[in-house]
Amino acid sequence: MITARLLSGRMTVWDVAFLLLLLALAMLVPLLNLVPEAGSGFHLSAYMVSVLGKYLCYALLALAIDLVWGYCGILSLGHGAFFALGGYAMGMHLMRNIDGRGVYGHPVLPDFMVFLNWEELPWYWSGFDMFGYALLMVVLAPGALAFLLGWFAFRSRVTGVYLSIVTQAMTFALMLAFFQNDLGFGGSDGLTDFRDLFGVSLSSDGMRSALFAASAIVLALAYLCCRLIVSSKLGRVLVGVRDAEARLRFLGYRAERFKLAIWTFSAMLAGLAGALYVPQVGIINPGEFAPAKSIEAVIWVAVGGRGYLVGGPIGAVVVNAFKTFFTGNFAEYWLFFLGGLFLFVTLFLPQGIFGWLRQRLVGSREERS
Amino acid sequence: MTEPASILNLDGVNVSFDGFRALNDLSLQVDRGEMRAIIGPNGAGKTTMMDVITGKTRPDSGTVYFDGRHDLRRLDEAAIASLGIGRKFQKPTVFENLTVADNVLLALAGERGVFANLFSRRLTTAGDDVDRHLTVARLLDHRERPAGDLSHGQKQWLEIAMLLAQDPKLLLVDEPVAGMTDAETEQTADLLREIAAVHSVVVVEHDMEFVRRLGVKVTVLHEGSVLAEGSLNHVSRDERVIDVYLGR
Repeated sequence: MITARLLSGRMTVWDVAFLLLLLALAMLVPLLNLVPEAGSGFHLSAYMVSVLGKYLCYALLALAIDLVWGYCGILSLGHGAFFALGGYAMGMHLMRNIDGRGVYGHPVLPDFMVFLNWEELPWYWSGFDMFGYALLMVVLAPGALAFLLGWFAFRSRVTGVYLSIVTQAMTFALMLAFFQNDLGFGGSDGLTDFRDLFGVSLSSDGMRSALFAASAIVLALAYLCCRLIVSSKLGRVLVGVRDAEARLRFLGYRAERFKLAIWTFSAMLAGLAGALYVPQVGIINPGEFAPAKSIEAVIWVAVGGRGYLVGGPIGAVVVNAFKTFFTGNFAEYWLFFLGGLFLFVTLFLPQGIFGWLRQRLVGSREERS
Repeated sequence: MTEPASILNLDGVNVSFDGFRALNDLSLQVDRGEMRAIIGPNGAGKTTMMDVITGKTRPDSGTVYFDGRHDLRRLDEAAIASLGIGRKFQKPTVFENLTVADNVLLALAGERGVFANLFSRRLTTAGDDVDRHLTVARLLDHRERPAGDLSHGQKQWLEIAMLLAQDPKLLLVDEPVAGMTDAETEQTADLLREIAAVHSVVVVEHDMEFVRRLGVKVTVLHEGSVLAEGSLNHVSRDERVIDVYLGR
């Protein structure tokens, strides 16, 4: 009820349409997978359910990026790191769930640790057998990293392209670290061969549908939170940070605190996205930390439309739908296409797909913030 | 302990950038409730003085006290703003993508924390306060326009409305009539006099006609220190002032 009061008058028709679409998908996709017979024209394969679920995870990552970039002017080229950390936290839980059914049959240790002749579980792996603890780590690990980085960077007034480079360096450094076998996260192979979650097989239709529905609902809730933030007075302050940070300081606002808060929150959302992603694709490895992944996610937001919240998810789904098509048919041209798409959008749709669409439908120029 | 008479007290302040002495043993005292005009040729140190008072620049030596007890050298911009020193910049700086009303809303005193802003109810409750300041700044009809759409003069007034909304004890106003038409200049002088009735104000300005219209005590800066002080008539008869500034 408090939410209803807070949101009254703050939601646009686009917000409502987007949330209804997510709710409809959360029900329809599992229904189409579970009810019609396989082979019937209406049946959605389990593979497709997971592909669509993956898109929603990317959409959540794009939403997180748009919140800091579109509304607070912080261009992160390292959000893939927060996504991957959330993914690793979930992957660790799924590894613990294998529970002695690995190739080596060790009662506690994951296969890769047995292979490395480790005697016992490293301390930082304990607790991950409990889902609640793992879920906590899904948001706390990326949140803590973002807080630490932001604390130093924002206090020292590192902004603009310098901050972007710092974030890029962060994800690159993490990638190198996670490639090390000694770190205890499976080295270059990462974490995989997952079995089940809550005792239900990850490859079952029911679990895939449930994970898809969970992705849709988490995305909807995250979207609501973001809308609540940007439509509050805090949202105005963030736009102030974005457009004239120095001016805001002379009004008595400590800009760095606002940046730190929104930056940390955004990293937590990215962590959630990674945690939903890993059980649907069945693997997490250091490749997710690759700088190119983070940059690609920023391109989704630019393509969809920066500074609207809904633009990020649109861009993520559109670009990844193209990607699925291209990598299935002519994989070698994908990067050319992605580059071309980015150029096209920058030159002809500077407000992104959603900005262009809205302008066409609404007609008049409206304020963007 | 009695309240000190001066709201602002600069004593022996030195600032240099790469060997250039922007402020040279500058001492200045502004009384509570006073409006003071600061004039001086380009490079006299007017803006640097504002930077020192608002925490943007740290002095190399000298003391800067606000209200007799706050050592401004130890505080950052946000802390100084919260103490009650508001600043209007030479180049109008408003939040262009926000509406005129939202610009004033952000300036309203109080609510400077993250959570205070997240749960703020002012979007619905502060309309009257915002309108009051917009009325003083003659911008009420423009409240829903993006601030970026305002004319140059209107942006200057919006900055003044934001200053008022901050409810500062001391207002620092840097070149309020730069780029304004004669009619706007005249209105701005009226506006500042209204404000000075209840606030301490320091105005930096080039426009002599405007300073004359304000009719207040004038301080002439030259090469980073005070050259003369007194009424405009008094300082404009001072030989040294004529040499460096008025006579040209």
